[in-house]
Amino acid sequence: MGEDENILEELDDIQKNGLEALASVQDEAGLQAWRTAHLGRSAPVMLAFTRLGQISKEMRPMVGQKANQVKLALEAALKTRAEAVKTASLRQKLDTERLDVTLPGRRPTMGRLHPAAQALSEIIHIFEEMGFQEYRSPEVETDELNFELLNIPAYHPARDMWDTFHTTVPGTILRTHTSPGQIRAMREMCPKPIRVILPGMVYRYEQTNASHEMQFNQVELLAVGKNITLGDLKGTIEGFAQRMFGEAVRVRMRPSYFPFTEPSADIVMECFVCGSKGCPVCKYSGWLEIAGCGMLHPVVLRNGGYDPAVYSGFAAGLGPERIALLKYQVDDIRNFWQNDIRFLEQF
Amino acid sequence: MKVPLSWLKEYVDIDLSLIELADVLTMAGLEVEDVLLVGLPNPYEQTGAPQRREVSIHGLSWDPEKIVVAQIDEVMPHPNADRLVLCRLNDGTSELVVLTGAPNLFEYKGIGLLAKPLKVAYAREGARLYDGHQPGQVLTTLKRTKIRGVDSFSMVCSEKELGISEEHEGIIILDDDAPTGRPLVEYMGDAVLEVNILPNMSRNASMMGIAREVAALTRKPLRKPQANLPANGPSIAGKARIQITDPQLNARFVLGMLDGAEQRPSPYRVQLRLRLAGMRPINAVVDATNYVMLEIGQPLHAFDYDVLVKRASGQAPTIITRAAHPGEKLTTLDGVERKLDDFTVLVCDTAGALSLAGVMGGQESEITPATRNILLEGATWNFVNTRRTTSSQKLSSEAGYRFSRGVHPALSSEGVKLCLQRMAEWSGGVIYSDLVDEYPLPAADPEAEISTGDVKRLLGIELTAAEIAALLSRLEFACRVEGNSVFAKTPPHRQDIGTGVIGRADLAEEVARIYGYDRIPATYMAEELPEARIRRPIQVEKLVRQSLARLGLQEVINYRLTAPEREARLTAAQPEAVQPAYITLKNPLSPERSVMRRSLLAAVLDTLEKNARLRDRLALFEVGPVFLPLEGQALPDEAPRLAMAMTGQRRTPAWDSPDSAQLDFYDLKGVVEGLLESLHVGNAQYSPTDNPAFHPGKSAQVTVNGSVLGVFGELHPQAKARYDFLAPAVVAAEFDLAALVDASANRYEILPVPVFPPVLEDLALIVDESVLAADVEAAIRQGGGKLLTGVRLFDIFRGDQIGAGKKSLAYALSYQAADHTLSPGEANQIRLRILRRVEQLVGAQLRS
Ligand SMILES: [Zn+2]
Repeated sequence: MGEDENILEELDDIQKNGLEALASVQDEAGLQAWRTAHLGRSAPVMLAFTRLGQISKEMRPMVGQKANQVKLALEAALKTRAEAVKTASLRQKLDTERLDVTLPGRRPTMGRLHPAAQALSEIIHIFEEMGFQEYRSPEVETDELNFELLNIPAYHPARDMWDTFHTTVPGTILRTHTSPGQIRAMREMCPKPIRVILPGMVYRYEQTNASHEMQFNQVELLAVGKNITLGDLKGTIEGFAQRMFGEAVRVRMRPSYFPFTEPSADIVMECFVCGSKGCPVCKYSGWLEIAGCGMLHPVVLRNGGYDPAVYSGFAAGLGPERIALLKYQVDDIRNFWQNDIRFLEQF
Repeated sequence: MKVPLSWLKEYVDIDLSLIELADVLTMAGLEVEDVLLVGLPNPYEQTGAPQRREVSIHGLSWDPEKIVVAQIDEVMPHPNADRLVLCRLNDGTSELVVLTGAPNLFEYKGIGLLAKPLKVAYAREGARLYDGHQPGQVLTTLKRTKIRGVDSFSMVCSEKELGISEEHEGIIILDDDAPTGRPLVEYMGDAVLEVNILPNMSRNASMMGIAREVAALTRKPLRKPQANLPANGPSIAGKARIQITDPQLNARFVLGMLDGAEQRPSPYRVQLRLRLAGMRPINAVVDATNYVMLEIGQPLHAFDYDVLVKRASGQAPTIITRAAHPGEKLTTLDGVERKLDDFTVLVCDTAGALSLAGVMGGQESEITPATRNILLEGATWNFVNTRRTTSSQKLSSEAGYRFSRGVHPALSSEGVKLCLQRMAEWSGGVIYSDLVDEYPLPAADPEAEISTGDVKRLLGIELTAAEIAALLSRLEFACRVEGNSVFAKTPPHRQDIGTGVIGRADLAEEVARIYGYDRIPATYMAEELPEARIRRPIQVEKLVRQSLARLGLQEVINYRLTAPEREARLTAAQPEAVQPAYITLKNPLSPERSVMRRSLLAAVLDTLEKNARLRDRLALFEVGPVFLPLEGQALPDEAPRLAMAMTGQRRTPAWDSPDSAQLDFYDLKGVVEGLLESLHVGNAQYSPTDNPAFHPGKSAQVTVNGSVLGVFGELHPQAKARYDFLAPAVVAAEFDLAALVDASANRYEILPVPVFPPVLEDLALIVDESVLAADVEAAIRQGGGKLLTGVRLFDIFRGDQIGAGKKSLAYALSYQAADHTLSPGEANQIRLRILRRVEQLVGAQLRS
């Protein structure tokens, strides 16, 4: 009977020895050798099974169960150890594969839109959301559309406001503002209500310097209907400024003069750079000019085909490059058409 | 316009601070651009210099403790310096000796105690002043020093030192009534507001004009200067006559007279005001005309009466106003002989022209030191003619500025009377008791109407008729309320109010201005939105620009103005070529920018050239119009174009892949294909082109259904040589955007994602070298039919194995059916059909 007792103890030792040996295994080869030695055909636990026949009938199930437990325990330990060895060796491998992550990346070639175009499309997009639709008109214009029909007769003092490029064709000029598009749009759409945005290049006979260009974009708003008020004009520009520069931005409207609008106004908004505390961008005034605007002059409405006794409307002009200058604090407007790649790539 | 605050206060009480005053004016459309302090304290510095300054304020503040009115009792010679004098001076607290080199004191040197002490501006030790000896305005603090052995610690000041003007020749000699010992800032400290006068507000180009606005805006009474002729003076009857040839040119002409003027300087306070307002004092007579012009806005002209009598051979002169005769000339008082235009209006007498009406006087009849008797003109001139004259004669004057914007005729007589009164006060003399006044074209001073409904409809505010009338009355409109309407008669100093619908808009603006733009609520249009109009060209243009940016090209925007020579660099020399027609400027700023461009590609290439040395790889595009003149039409065709240009390396080099492959035709073609794909342009054909700008063998034109979309390829070597490019090749493209718009598909079919797997197969086909790839692919597609769903050229091989003059094109093909998996037999049939067709059409053999 002593033999039977002994084999139980022996199995405990087998398990103990096996686990001890496993603890020092460090690699795949060691795992292989250990498997052969401790779970292979002639491993002690396996031999224990072959000895079952020699065990008494009463003890046999108990010993068999014990041998099975030992085998399962060794197998489970092997599995855990194998995982650990695998993880360790992967870690070792990864340690040798370190990149210098500070080296520069390989860049796909990237294109961009011109900063003036970006500013223009941002502005157009905002007004489109507010229900204005884009309308285009020619850059080479007649004096009649650029001036006469906009209530600016020849020799009117207001003509001083626009230095004009004349062409060799009499009566043909480069438009000084997008406003001739007002007349074109009105004549096309009369008598329907209008809500359009007129973007495009305009020209001034002016020596260029850091703040003046002979060519620049303008965006003009035109709304015509039966009940459009100066308050609507203020609200529209305020809505634009808040979408463009932030919800909290306040605008202020003050009287100005344009021959094609009456009443006329300039709209200034709180300086977004300094939060209107005063900074070089706003010249310490706390305000930035964003739009010249006004209610359509009766003569202009009439020239567009609308009866000023029934219809009213407003027009407002904004300068996208000037807005971009403010927004990005670029100090020289000439950057826009110089097209230096070192400038363009920053937007 | 420069507005000295002290002058303004003569006509209206102002209890606002400088900052508030500037804001009130600015918010009424009279923008205060800047304030120059001439003595007064700086309000920002008083309140602890906040960062934010609504108004730009600069200039010099005079310390009341250190700069005072003093009197010089005696001017003594300096013991060892001829060009210096010692002044015995009383500053109100003590008597002291002050050293100065002011030449205008030399006449008093050594004559003993002065009968009438000289009043001067005196600065004590520690006073902050501008340095009189340095150019510009350099601040300095007065320190104790020794000059030629005499202690000097204070000084008598020049205008330059006090920031009044650039004058540093002599010291200021104040009027006799200046109170000795009084701080100078209290006596004459001032601030000059620079007010921007809008073209429709020329009525405000005077002190009265601004004062009238301040009075209306702050609800204060306006004090108008009263001008009356003496009841008992001599009569002008028979002394002068007026003959107006055309009332349209000269609505009113008024003459007044003064005998026995003395030629002397004006009082210092008058000179000071003129200087602060930007004019130079001359003498009391001329100063009076300028002063009254600045005061009420009526320019005036003084003639030497005796010269006119002489010209009339001893008779009473007749003043004639008329347009200039052809070829007529006049020498103006600036000494320039001027050739006159037929629109120039002249003031003449029977002997000929005297002055350019409303612009500048003539030399002969001007005021001289010998002048005693004055004939004074106050007139109204047609603003268009005045404007044309000032621009054609390139003559700008204060008078011309006002007349070219319009002066109300009511001011003519008021101006003459006021001026005679000022003249008599400052230069002495006797004023005649009446005027000669010709007024053939009286001002209309129209009555305009505005209703409560108009105010609501145009401004968006609810006002009663009485409230509207009250607002307009503050601007001196004579108002009458009838029901909901206000009838407002224009006051006789402004000419900017019309009648009917125009008058209504004019009044709406005045109501808004006085009510306050700030108080108008911001609202959003309640009207229904107009119908949407889809403008396809705008949408496609946007898509083109976005696609090209995605394809790796940088957008540029160039000047539309260029020179024909710049564009000529692009097309190879064509000696026979007819110069293309350009939109040409009559007044270019430079020859480099004298015409509107005809070629967008030329502009993009200019930009590419400018940047070529800055980057290893450059790919640029621009979208915009070119300007093509149309025979017999005023306006050109503004044809929208797209241009692209690329040069340098295919990829931006990286540190481990210094890729040196250069961008070539196929890189650009890839961009073109990518663009057409994103526009869903189907069926593009590529064929050789003979465009002279491009390499004949490395360029193509793109057509869709027979219409040409554009050309692209490598720049012709001769064209490239006209630019400064280092890279071996430049590839470029120019497309017609309108054609692209037409070819792009607004709607397109989306195929379902296939459910059944494709059969993949590679085919290498041997063809003659001359066979075009497009033809091979077309033949494959024909043979493959609908089940052939993919054709991709993946290799081209040339070599001995396939024979000289041959090439092998290898294609990866996929066959696929929508409803089942193709069997090997079906795939084989497709393959055989393809092989048959390519043999028939392009003579291709299967490479085995
Ligand atoms: Zn700021």
